[in-house]
Order: sequence, then structure tokens, then C-alpha cells
Amino acid sequence: MPFRTRYLTQGIAKVLIWIAALSTIAVMILILFQILGQGLPVLHLRFFLDSPKEMGREGGIFPTIIGTLALTAVAIFFATPLGVGTALFLREYTKEGQTRSIIRFGTDCLAGVPSIIFGLFGFVFFVIYLNMGWSILSGGLTLAAMILPTIISTAEEAIKAIPYSYREVSYSLGGTKWQTLTHAVLPNALPGIFTGIILSVGRSIGETAAVILTAGSSLVMPTSLFSPIRTMSVHFYILAREGISMEMAYGTGAALILLVLLINTVANGLLNRYIRRRT
Amino acid sequence: MFVKADFMKIYLFWFFSILLIFSQIMGCQKSRSGITVAGSTSVEPFAELLAEEYMRRHPQSHIYVQGGGSTAGIEAAKTRAANIGMSSRPLLHDEKNLYAVTIAKDAIAIIVHPENPLSDLSLSQIKQVFSGEIKSWKDLGGPTQPIILVSREEGSGTRESFQKFVMGKEEISLESLVQDSNGAIRQVVSNDPNAIGYISLGLVNKKVKPLKVSGVEPNMTAIENRTYTLVRPFLFVFNGEPAGEAKSFLEFVLSPTAQNLLLKEGLATVLQPSRR
Amino acid sequence: MEIREKIIEKTLLLVALSSIMILGLITFFIFKEGLPLIWKIGPGAFILGARWVPSQGSFGILPMIFSSFWVTVGSLILGIPLGLACAIFLCEWTPPSVGMVLRPAIQLLAAIPSVIYGFWGLIVLVPLVRNYLGGPGLSILSGSTILGFMILPTIISISEDSLNALPPSYKQGALALGATYWQTIWRVLIPAARSGIVTSIILGMGRAIGETMAMIMILGNAVKMPTSFLDSARTLTTNIGIEMGYASGDHRQALFATGVVLFLIIMFLNSLAIFLSRRRAR
Repeated sequence: MPFRTRYLTQGIAKVLIWIAALSTIAVMILILFQILGQGLPVLHLRFFLDSPKEMGREGGIFPTIIGTLALTAVAIFFATPLGVGTALFLREYTKEGQTRSIIRFGTDCLAGVPSIIFGLFGFVFFVIYLNMGWSILSGGLTLAAMILPTIISTAEEAIKAIPYSYREVSYSLGGTKWQTLTHAVLPNALPGIFTGIILSVGRSIGETAAVILTAGSSLVMPTSLFSPIRTMSVHFYILAREGISMEMAYGTGAALILLVLLINTVANGLLNRYIRRRT
Repeated sequence: MFVKADFMKIYLFWFFSILLIFSQIMGCQKSRSGITVAGSTSVEPFAELLAEEYMRRHPQSHIYVQGGGSTAGIEAAKTRAANIGMSSRPLLHDEKNLYAVTIAKDAIAIIVHPENPLSDLSLSQIKQVFSGEIKSWKDLGGPTQPIILVSREEGSGTRESFQKFVMGKEEISLESLVQDSNGAIRQVVSNDPNAIGYISLGLVNKKVKPLKVSGVEPNMTAIENRTYTLVRPFLFVFNGEPAGEAKSFLEFVLSPTAQNLLLKEGLATVLQPSRR
Repeated sequence: MEIREKIIEKTLLLVALSSIMILGLITFFIFKEGLPLIWKIGPGAFILGARWVPSQGSFGILPMIFSSFWVTVGSLILGIPLGLACAIFLCEWTPPSVGMVLRPAIQLLAAIPSVIYGFWGLIVLVPLVRNYLGGPGLSILSGSTILGFMILPTIISISEDSLNALPPSYKQGALALGATYWQTIWRVLIPAARSGIVTSIILGMGRAIGETMAMIMILGNAVKMPTSFLDSARTLTTNIGIEMGYASGDHRQALFATGVVLFLIIMFLNSLAIFLSRRRAR
């Protein structure tokens, strides 16, 4: 190819790629500006602490905040032991082979299942079959299934990163396998596992489809694990669709974005610190 | 490097803080206290309003209002999954053995964009528009623009009422946009000059224009003297005679205070409860 | 002691099988609810039927399959070039300053809940499409665009990983032979990272097909077969999402049946992605 054309192609490519990168940044800024711009003015202490009044036209979003927290807590409560246990098993008790492949396949597939399918499953299994009704428990268990793959993979990475020497020392001191794992390996893998948990929290906060079908949409403060609740993202969806109060919708949206932003910054900060410490 | 003590401390702290969050918001009983009211999303916001008012007067009560649709609500009442089912359509044949009380009457308004030059359509014209027979605003005396239909989804009590009162045996055009709530329909119509849709009269606001149907304007008077016929009942459905908290709530809903609240929100009241 | 260790190992085995068990449960229950209806009206009639009118007992999901397909294709048309470009940008061409802005931006894009995307699309994109391109604005075009941005982080991160994983000798060799930077990227690096990039695309596709909330808000949900990008449409996911709340009896089973079809499609895509990435690891 003649000299000039080669560099012409490169020049064009460079421009196009720059446009791509800039437009990606631009879209993110646009979305943030739109929601935060309209929504931030609505956020004040009463917004967070009050319950919705007048069909959501006034008041605050307190029950939804509790709902979101409760749902996430239940999800983490169930998913973490299962996830860390799976990661431990994969890393410490198996070698490359059939067992590992099967478990990995299951985890990867689970990661790809769309949220509406989880919603259908949660509805027919937890709400109907196990008769838990629309509740924090049904929603939390469904969410747990959704975040399980994330926890498994981050825990696996965290455990993998621990050098063998840690285990060696423990064994040489006479420790059993389990003692080694719980005293030498896991404690040091905790930051990584924690990061995975935080990432999952970020994901479950934004989850809507599965939550509506399993936790319901009641605006009243929950009184037990079997109460239905409305999470912030569900509340946002309903407000935005019903058009009852655009102001409240924007406020909820802004709160959602801020929450997710916060969680992500924390998670990524932890991730960076963890990587820096290890390498 | 973490020592065994640190590990246990972190684990315990994490475990107890979760427990703390739990205990803050509940006691560990298996039964839900309070009553559940589930069903039509058209009735839902009004039920929520009434529940709020009721709980203000009875601080010990809990009323959980849930959507899900008229059909789901009736079924929930039948299977006792909910104490009260909400329906925005009359009961069908195989549902007739349930105890239903009309708590309000709601009109269905046909809405268009405020800039739409039309202000009146006959019932048969509306039917032709929604069945897709009339496709352009030109055929109704308006601009040469395609008519954009907006409808509720299948299973919605509002849609079924519309089907029954307006369409009869005709099908709503498959081309119509479908939105999952009255508010969403209102939103679409308020933004699109070519759109036409149907929503609960109580939800009509300045952003949309309700059409007169065969010369009759949808308002309280017309509903009361039955000149506006697109009116459907809002029902509370019970499995058997209402009792306990459910009965108490029902009595409140039928009281003048509650009915005035509903009136303020755009519903037509029931002067006396009627058993269907 | 030995026994205790054995017990722990077996317990952990059970725990590790949990993801498979959950997958199995999901498959079982979805199929249990949906298959009877597919059998009742016949798989052919269900999948190839063009009319979805539950009140009359017509349950054909062909328009939905079509729409899911086109919305996904549209999102890939936007997502692949943009995603690849950003991946290339991040790993080959970043001045550190821009990279520090782009990376968090991508992470944020990944973290934003889909309902916010849908809302933004509704407020900003739909009116634009309606006023400048015609139609109701609630259309496949709007949906694909938003979806394209939603799958961007997936495509970018996995492509970037596979580009970074290439041995430096590839790049150095090409440059040493006199190729320009761009030629190196376009003709050497990308083809070499091909399987990783394809994996990222397939995963992005899976995410696109599975998206529900944003699509309910933006696509308009008309039940007919779409004939242009400006038409409103309903995907497999939004079909379930929009009618699930109200359905009962046959209607509800039909929605589960839609879920069955969706599930099979996603499983196929997933297995493909897993297979390709395993091959890459080898």
C-alpha cells in the first residue's frame, strides 16, 4: 500500500476511535446530568426519612430504602456462604477436570440467565410453591441466586491470588486442610471477597424485573421477613410510569444513581488497593 | 497479616450487624400481620390512599396494597392469598360466587394530545379508530397524520372494560402501542400529537385532552345521570362475608370521609353499597 | 480428624454444586409451567404463530422472536464498533489523562440500573426519534440505541482483556516489519484476539436479549410484526414482563412458555460463549 494511504487510513481510524471514546463519555455525562440535574434538588433529609404520602406525590422514600437494604442483606446472607464455599471447593479441593468443568459450567450459565427468567422462577418457586408469598425472603433468595456467580468468581480470584507459601507454612505447623483454609487463606482473601460482595450489592440495587415479581410492590414499612416491600428501583419505575410525580421520580432516580456510584467507587477503590497490595 | 482473632471478629461483626438490621425491622413470626389488598393497578393508587388514611386513624393496623391486575386480584381473594381483591371490571360467571362490593365508580376517558383539533367522537368512530379501520386523522377531519393507538396490556381490567364498552366483538388493532399502566398511556399521549388512548378519568390532567363521546363530556354529572356510559365499577372482592380487619377497612372505604377523598381524586362515589 | 476433614470436603462439594442445582431448579420449574401449553397448541403454532391475542387463545410468538432478533442486531450494530473502538483506545492509544476518564465512565455505564437507562431513553431519545425521524418514537431504533450503550461495558471489558493478553511480540513484530500502528491493530492484533472479541460479542448479545425493563419503557410494545426500525415492537422479554402481572391460567402458562423459548436461546448463546472461551484458554 502506498505510504501516504497507509497513514491516511491510520489518521481516519484514529479520529473515529476518538469519536467513539468521547461519545461514550458523553452519553454517560448526559445520563448523569439529566437525572441528577432534575433529581438532586429534591434530595433532602426529609426525602430519605419520610414515608410516601398521597400516593407518592409527597413525602419521602424511606420504606423503599429499608426495602432495598433488607433485600440486599438477605441476598448477601445466603449467597456469600454458598459462593465462598464453592470458590474454596473449586480452588482447594479439585484439579482441572470434570468436576471443575461441570461446576464452572453451571456457574457461567447461571450468570447468563436474564433477570426476567429469575423473576419467573422466583415467583413460581418461592412465592407460590414454597408459599412464601411476595416477601423480602422470596425476593432476597431470588437475588441471591442472581449474584451467586459474581461472588463465586471474585472469591475464586481472591483465593487464587494467595501464594502457596501461606498454605505451606500452615501445613508445616501441623494444621489440617480446613484449619489452613480458615486461618491462613480465607482471612487474606477477605478483601477480594468483600469486593465481590460490594459489586453484587451494586447489581442487586438496580435489579427491578425479578424484584417486582417476587417481593411485590407494597409501600408500607415491612414488619417481618415475610412482608412485601418495594425497593428503590421498583419505586422509581412505578413513579416514572404512573407519572404521579415526576419530581419524586427524579429524586428517587438521583438517589439510586448516587447510591450505585458510591458503591462502585468503594468497590473499585478496594479492588485497586487489593491489586496493588498483591503485585 | 490477619490473625485468627481478627478473622473471628470480622465474621461476628458482619453477622451481628445483619442480625441488627433484621431485628430493627421485624419480629421473627411466620405470619404477616395486617391485611393484604391486591389486584387492579387502576384501583391500586386509590386503595393506597385510603389505606394511608385508614392507618392514620388505626395506628396498629397494617394494610399492604399490591398491584397485579384485576384477574390476579380476584384469584388472590378466591385462594385467600389476599384478604381483599381489587377489581376494575365486573365479575365473570365463574367468579360470581365471591362477595363483591362496589367502592367507587370510574369512568374511562378517551384522551388525545391537547393540540389535537378534535374534541368529540362517536362511539362507533372510536371503535373504528381502535380497530385499525380508520388509520389517519385526515378521515376524522384532522391533519394528514397516522393515528397512533395506545392501549393497556392484555389482562388489564381497564383494557377489558374498554373492550366491553367500546369494541364489543371487534379486536383492538395489533398495531397499537401497549403500555403497562394508565399513567404511562397518559405520558405517551401527552407527548405525541398523533396519539389517542384510554385511561381512567381520575387520571386525566392538563397534559391530555379528554374527548367527548357522542357529544357527552366525561364528568361527574354525566356519570351520575348515566349519560356517559363508559363507566366501570371498582370492586373490593372477598371470599365470603368480610370479617375482622378487612371488614373494618371496607366500612371505612364506604364512609363519607373516604368517599369524599375518592371524589377529590376524580372517582365517582357510590351512594350506597351494592352487592353483586 | 480425618473424618472431620472428609465431612468438610463433602459439605463443600454440596455447596459447590449449588449453582448447578439452582440452574436445574430454574430449568425444571420454568419448563414445568411452560411446556404443557407449548404441547397443547403445538410447538409449530407457538413459535411460528404470528398472532398474540391471549383473550382469544391465540399464542403465537413469532413477532416477539423477530423483534428480539432485530433489537439485538441493532444494539450490536451500535455496540460492536463503539465497543471495539473503546477497547482499542484503552489498550493501545490512551494518553493516560483520557484513559483515567474513560475507564470510570465505562464502569459507571455498567453500574447504572436498567430502569434509569430506560427512563433516560424515554425522556431524551424517544422524542428525538419521533420528531426527526417519524413514527411514534417508541421504536426498535430507540430500543437498540439504548441497548447498544447498555452492552458496551461488556464488550469493552472482555475485548480489552483479550487484547491485553496478547504477547507483546505480536505488536513488536508487526511494527518492526514496518507496519503503521493502525495496520498493526487492524490486521494483526484484532484477528489474534478474535476469539476473545467474539466471546464478548456473544455475551453482549445474551445481555441484550435478556434486557426487560428498559425495553418495556422504550419499545412501545405493539404486538404486531415490525416492518421497519421505526416501528414499535415487543421482545420475548417484554412480552413476559408486561403481561405477567395480570395473567392467569392459559395466559400465564403461555408467558412461561415464552420464558422457555427465551431460556433455550440464552442457554445456547451462553454455551457457545463458554465453549469459545474455553478453547481460547487452551
